[in-house]
Amino acid sequence: MAGKPKLHYTKGRGKMESIRWLLAAAGVEFEEQFIETKEDLEKLRNDGVLMFQQVPLVEIDGMKMVQTRAILSYIAAKYNLYGKDLKERAWIDMYVEGTTDLMGMIMYLPLQPADAKEKNLALIIERATTRYFPVYEKALKDHGHDYLVGNKLSWADIHLLEAILMAEECKPDILSAFPVLQAFKGRTSNIPTIKKFLQPGSQRKPPPDDKFIASVRKIFNI
Amino acid sequence: MSGKPKLHYFNGRGRMESIRWLLAAAGVEFEECFLETKDDLTKLQKDGSLLFQQVPMVEIDGMKMVQSRAIANYISAKYNLYGKDLKERALIDMYVEGITDLNELIMYHPSQPADKKEQHFATIVDKATNRYFPVYEKVLKDHGQDFLVGSRLSKADVQLLETILMAEECKPDILAKFPLLQSFKARISNIPTIKKFLQPGSQRKPPLLEKDVPKVMKIFY
Repeated sequence: MAGKPKLHYTKGRGKMESIRWLLAAAGVEFEEQFIETKEDLEKLRNDGVLMFQQVPLVEIDGMKMVQTRAILSYIAAKYNLYGKDLKERAWIDMYVEGTTDLMGMIMYLPLQPADAKEKNLALIIERATTRYFPVYEKALKDHGHDYLVGNKLSWADIHLLEAILMAEECKPDILSAFPVLQAFKGRTSNIPTIKKFLQPGSQRKPPPDDKFIASVRKIFNI
Repeated sequence: MSGKPKLHYFNGRGRMESIRWLLAAAGVEFEECFLETKDDLTKLQKDGSLLFQQVPMVEIDGMKMVQSRAIANYISAKYNLYGKDLKERALIDMYVEGITDLNELIMYHPSQPADKKEQHFATIVDKATNRYFPVYEKVLKDHGQDFLVGSRLSKADVQLLETILMAEECKPDILAKFPLLQSFKARISNIPTIKKFLQPGSQRKPPLLEKDVPKVMKIFY
């Protein structure tokens, strides 16, 4: 019996990607079982393993965990990526909720109707450059440390790097006004576990293409 | 200088209500500053008080906290409503995330366009009775205890009660098939701090009326 966490999701980013990032950054090996058809999802539902009939599902430490945030919080706490006390956790939570909002916008973009796509992409870029990135740029500038919270790598840093890379896929020069974030990106990408995850052949998933979106619509009925 | 947490939001439920519930359940007195116009929101944004230019914002323990989940997590941990260890926290988080999804569905109902309202209502009732309530009914049945996690009041119980009451506002007999949730509702409602919050004159907010939706939209959009 493997002690490794087992991830159940489609073979793409979606809501599972942040979990893959966090496990990888923590140096935790994990297995994946991919949902490829509607029947695969139905089987999981009929087996009674999905608390709210939804994925992500992560089998970890004897639990069948669902709900992305619950899973992420558990992994962060278990692998010491959640700060040293209540106040550090509060800051990590605030920062992570911000990057979650930004990444959520990017994640749903391919599912938008074609006539809304251009407008939504413009909104993503606007939000990234005027609402979100300035906050993290300032946080790092103000304390001058390498990491967002407590002078130590945390979930907030990993999540921010993920968000930066996703935003750059939307607009490659999106960090042009944020020199401190550029340095953060360079530095954090070089952390050995993260560097490994960023290399080809890792379990990191590519951005969705049209074919993948079509299969997602079928599986989840959206 | 008051040591009490200070809540910044409009005078209604929205995303602040779960925070009011938690503070009230924990027996923590709090103050409220209501946004009534767009200018009120703009002022907070210009002051630099809102990390991501959004409310809810809660001034607590020297921090200006934003993001409802971050705020709820902080309050829960501070007032011992978050379980005793990592695994209890994991269960509480799972239960809370599920109930938050239902809570949000209900929250967005008054602002649905007229032609979508009936369908949306049907979705609320369907999800409540087929996806969410059965889970909590089963949890309570399986361990036979008074509270969802760890034999002790937690954030999960408080948010479940909050959402049960919201669901009953949609459909009064929505708990008809869930006897354990019915007794859970009565039991948790009787906890002194919660009982007090449920009485008229408390800081609990009423549901948003359709006629008030435009006023709220003007503040935020």
